[in-house]
Amino acid sequence: MATLELAKVVKRFDKTTILHGIDLAVGHGEFVVFVGPSGCGKSTLLRVIAGLEAPSSGAILIDGQNVNDVSAAQRGCAMVFQSYALYPHMTVYDNMAFGLENLGIAKAQIQAKVGAATTLLRLDELMHRKPTQLSGGQRQRVAIGRAIVREPKLFLFDEPLSNLDAELRVSMRTEIRDLHARLGATMVYVTHDQVEAMTMADKIVVLRAGRVEQVGAPLDLYNKPVNTFVAGFIGSPRMNFLPVALLPAQGIGTGPIPAGTHTVGLRPEHAAIGADGPIAMKVAQVEQLGSTSLLHGTVGVDTPFEMVCNGQTMIAGGDTIRLELPAQHLHYFDKDGLRL
Amino acid sequence: MSIATFLTRTRGRTRFDWTDWLSYIYLCVGLFAMFAPVVWLVMSSLKTESAIAQFPPTFLPYSQQSVQVAGHDKPLLLFTTKDGQGNTRVMAQVRRIGIMATMIDPANPATEIRVNINDRKPVTELKFALNNYTDLFGKFNFGRYLWNSVFITVVATLLTLLINSMAAFALSKYQFRGQKAVFLLIIATLMIPPTIILVPVFLVINSVGLLNSLWGVILPAIATPTGVFLLRQYMLTIPDELLEAARMDHASEWRIYWRIVLPLSAPALAVLAIFSVMWRWNDFLLPLIVLSRAEFFTLQLALNSFQGELNTQWNYLLAMTVITLIPITLVFAFLQKYITTGIASAGVK
Repeated sequence: MATLELAKVVKRFDKTTILHGIDLAVGHGEFVVFVGPSGCGKSTLLRVIAGLEAPSSGAILIDGQNVNDVSAAQRGCAMVFQSYALYPHMTVYDNMAFGLENLGIAKAQIQAKVGAATTLLRLDELMHRKPTQLSGGQRQRVAIGRAIVREPKLFLFDEPLSNLDAELRVSMRTEIRDLHARLGATMVYVTHDQVEAMTMADKIVVLRAGRVEQVGAPLDLYNKPVNTFVAGFIGSPRMNFLPVALLPAQGIGTGPIPAGTHTVGLRPEHAAIGADGPIAMKVAQVEQLGSTSLLHGTVGVDTPFEMVCNGQTMIAGGDTIRLELPAQHLHYFDKDGLRL
Repeated sequence: MSIATFLTRTRGRTRFDWTDWLSYIYLCVGLFAMFAPVVWLVMSSLKTESAIAQFPPTFLPYSQQSVQVAGHDKPLLLFTTKDGQGNTRVMAQVRRIGIMATMIDPANPATEIRVNINDRKPVTELKFALNNYTDLFGKFNFGRYLWNSVFITVVATLLTLLINSMAAFALSKYQFRGQKAVFLLIIATLMIPPTIILVPVFLVINSVGLLNSLWGVILPAIATPTGVFLLRQYMLTIPDELLEAARMDHASEWRIYWRIVLPLSAPALAVLAIFSVMWRWNDFLLPLIVLSRAEFFTLQLALNSFQGELNTQWNYLLAMTVITLIPITLVFAFLQKYITTGIASAGVK
C-alpha cells in the first residue's frame, strides 16, 4: 500500500517533449488506469514512475518521499510489461524467485512466497516449465506472479492484456480486479482500450499528447466529460457530435441552449426514435446484434450519426427516421471543445 | 533423415540429373584435395622412420620384416632373393657393402651367400608404428608442452569470454557519450595486422617482466575486437525489457550481466569460445617471441624445434602434428552447428 504523487512531471527526449507537466495524486489501494490513444505518453509516464526513465523536471513522490534519485530497483515498485519480459532461460519458479534472491531472502522463505503466489495464480503445475512452453495467458500470469511475490508498494501494469485474445482478455480483466481486491495494493495500469479502463479502474486518467485531459471515476468521465476529446474517447460506440445549428433555435425540452455552444454531443445509446423528433436521420447501414441494433447514418448535411436501439429493429438502410434528443443527455461544448 | 539418405540425395527424383553429376564430382574433388593431405599425414605418422624415408613411398605403413638369428645380436632384415637358377628364397641380411649383400638362410645360419642387391626384394608387412606416439611421452618433454598448450588455451579462452562479454554488454546496453566512438575504435584495430604490433607487444611484455611466462602469452591476446563485435551484435538482440524487468526485480547491474545477459548470449559465447580455442591453440608467433625456454614451449613451438638443423625425426614430428590437430578437430566436430550460425550471424572469418 502506498500513495503516489506526481508534481509537474516533464519528460523530454532530445527536443521532443513527451510529457508536459503531469500533476496527479493516487491514494492508498487505488486502481488507477492511464488511458489514451497511442503516442500520448502513457507508457513513458509509467516508466518515469517506475524509475526506468528519469523525468526531465518535476517530482515523483511515493508515500510522500521524493524518489527522483532512487533507482528503479530501490523504489519498491513491481512492473508487468506488455511483452511480459519473462527470463527465457529460467523456469517459472526461477522467474518468480529471481527478485527475491536479489533481495537476499532465505531459500525456505522464497519457496514459501513463490508457492503462495503460484497457488493464487493457479500455476502450481507449471513451476518447472520454461516460458516458451507456456501459453499467452499462462505467461501473463507468471509475469503477474513475478510482480506479486515481492509484495511491492506499487504495482505498475504496461498494457498487460494487449497480446491476449479477446476472450482471455475479458477473463484476465476480472482476475486482475480480483487480485487488486485481495491484495489491496495500489495499482497503476496503462491501456489504450477504454473498455478496459472503464471496467477496471477506480480512477481513470485520460491522456492526450503528454497532457492530462481529465481525471475521475469511470462514470464521472462518461457522464461529464470535460471536453470533446474525453467525450469521444470514453464510451463505445463513440459519442455523436452535432453542430449546434442542427438543433432547433429555441432549444430542446425545458432548457435553452447555453450561450457559446458550438458542438452538441449525444451518446448513441441515448438517442431515441420518435415520430415528431426535432431532426431527421438518414440511415445508411444497420447492424443487428440481437439484443441491440446499431444504426449508422447521417443527419443534416453529412454529419455522421450512430444510434443504438434496444432489441431488434425493422429499420433498414436507406430509411429516414426522426430522432428525439433527450435534454438531460445532451452535452454542450464551446468552440474550443470545452464543456459548458 | 539418416546419414546415408542425406549423403546420397539427388536433384532428379529417381536417377542422376546432370547437376547431380556436377555437384558430386565437385564435392569429391574438394573432399580429396582437402582430406588427402590429412589422411597422408595420419598414415605417415604411423610409419617407422625407415618406412618414411622409403622410395617410392607407400600409402599404408609397411615396414620390413626382420628375424632373430642365433649368433647375431640384432634382428636381421629379411629379403626375398633370386639365385642364378631363378629359385627364390627368403634370406636374412648380415651386412651390405656397396651393391653386394652378405646373406644367410635363417634356418641354416652357418653358410653365407653374397647377393647382388638388385636380385632381392625386402619382405614387408603391414605394421603400425604406434611407438611414434607412445615414445613422445617418454623421450621428450611432451607432457609439459601439452600442458602448456592446454593451460594457455583454456585460461585465455575463459578470460577472453569474460572480458569481451563485459565490453560487449557495456557497448550494447548502456547509452553513454562516446559509445559509438569507442566501438569504432575497437573495430578499427581489426585493420592492423598482428605482425605490425609484434615488436611493441614484445617490449611491453618484456618491461612488465612476463617474458618466459605463460601469462605473457595469455594476457596480450584476451581482448579481441572480433569477440567484442560478435558479442555486441548478439547482445543487441536481447530485448531491453528483460534488463528493465531485472532492474525492477532489484538486480544489480552485475547480476543483470551475470544472470540475464550472459546465459542469453550462450550461442554467441560458444562461437567465440570456438574461435578463441582455435586461435590460442594454433598460435605460433606470440609464443615464439615470448617463450624461449624449452620448459615453457607450447606444442606448436615444440613442433618447430623438432625440425633440427641437421636431422629431423620425421616420425615423431608427424605423430606430434597429428596430436596437435585433435583438439581443433573435436571442437569442429561437436560444435560445428554453432560455428556456422556464428559465421552466418556475425559475418566474421
